[in-house]
Amino acid sequence: MGRGSNSLAGDELAMWNNDRLIEEQIPRLRRYARALTGDAMRADDLVQDTLERAWTKFALWRPGSDLRAWMFTIMHNVFINQISSARAQQEYLPLEDDALEVAVEPAQEHALDMRDLIASLGQLSTEYREVLLLVGLEDLSYEEVAKVLNIPIGTVMSRLSRGRERLRKLMAGEAATPLRRVK
Amino acid sequence: MNEMTEHDLQAYVDGRLDAGRRQAVEAYLAANPGLAAKAAAYRRQNDAMHTAFDAIADEPVPARFRKPARATWPALSYAAMAGCLAVGLATGWMVREPAVSPAALAAARSPLTPVSFARQAAVAHAVFSPEVLHPVEVGADQEPHLVKWLSKRLGVDVRPPDLNPAGFQLIGGRLLPATSGPAAQFMYQDARGQRLTLYVRTHGPDTQETAFRYEKSDGVGVFYWIDRDLGYALSGDIDRARLLEVAKIVYQQLAG
Repeated sequence: MGRGSNSLAGDELAMWNNDRLIEEQIPRLRRYARALTGDAMRADDLVQDTLERAWTKFALWRPGSDLRAWMFTIMHNVFINQISSARAQQEYLPLEDDALEVAVEPAQEHALDMRDLIASLGQLSTEYREVLLLVGLEDLSYEEVAKVLNIPIGTVMSRLSRGRERLRKLMAGEAATPLRRVK
Repeated sequence: MNEMTEHDLQAYVDGRLDAGRRQAVEAYLAANPGLAAKAAAYRRQNDAMHTAFDAIADEPVPARFRKPARATWPALSYAAMAGCLAVGLATGWMVREPAVSPAALAAARSPLTPVSFARQAAVAHAVFSPEVLHPVEVGADQEPHLVKWLSKRLGVDVRPPDLNPAGFQLIGGRLLPATSGPAAQFMYQDARGQRLTLYVRTHGPDTQETAFRYEKSDGVGVFYWIDRDLGYALSGDIDRARLLEVAKIVYQQLAG
């Protein structure tokens, strides 16, 4: 059967292993993508595009460096391309009831916070949402976030500070003037 | 601590301060209740993010995220060939058909020859239509998702025609590799459990053959044709007249 009998020779085995490494990142990429886009289908499309790019660019990844940060970098770039082409920023869908399905019977006091959070995240601009999620949900270091988003660490900190305050006001129901532009 | 930097406050929220620094921040916050309330709210934001989204990371990884060309598919395609042998569809050409290599998939799309196209469709039908547990990757209950996904992967709009007029209901679809690119397969079933598959793929620019044609091998009949930039093949283990009737419905709907 042609290649069937002698498959998984050296190169192919290496590729297979690389693919496995990438696959291990998928659960966290999906979590981040869902929080970032607010929509299950768009999130999985974002993950798919990220994976396709990662598979083809894997040779550029430096073994020993953090693969997860590298994958988040790719996802950020794919996402930015998507929203700049589709103005998807306005299309963030705080699915509310649908999004709540992802939670596994949260404790009562968390349920309210979560409902507010999902609705409010969608009202944050992308720049703030990314930083808040990469730090608070994905637990990346501030330095890693700076690398992933390709911005100075001072900008990471100022976005974190402003984004958290804005999210706090949104969740508290305080109408704040939209912050369209960020440094 | 007389002054607390913004960095200190955020790092405190994220639990990234060493013990000495943390105690200093706590002392400062104790004297500044307004700031302390904000810090507590920021921590709740982090908690709420985890509560809302952690479950997604615990879900099993959907099959669509497995690498299609290299890692998963070759194993499946050898199994697929074995499956064809098992259902008695095997003929000489299958042995000669090379396994799909990554290089072939990455290569530019070659012109589609109708005969190989019909064979690919027949093989795909023979492999997946007897499947009980996993006949499709995405079910008809998620049809909008199925359409969006397959359209995106094929690079053109593809959608399953409505074959209810002929008594066949959509079960769902899957993505498959053709010789040099992706293909889509939609599966249908009638009230008696008889299954049809519609195989769709793009074709190369040089294709001359657009006629409606029929081929049959070992019980699987295939009607196939090319319409604009897509090749279609309808496969089924039913009599030719009925298959043709369905094929006409498909053609009319997709041309319209």
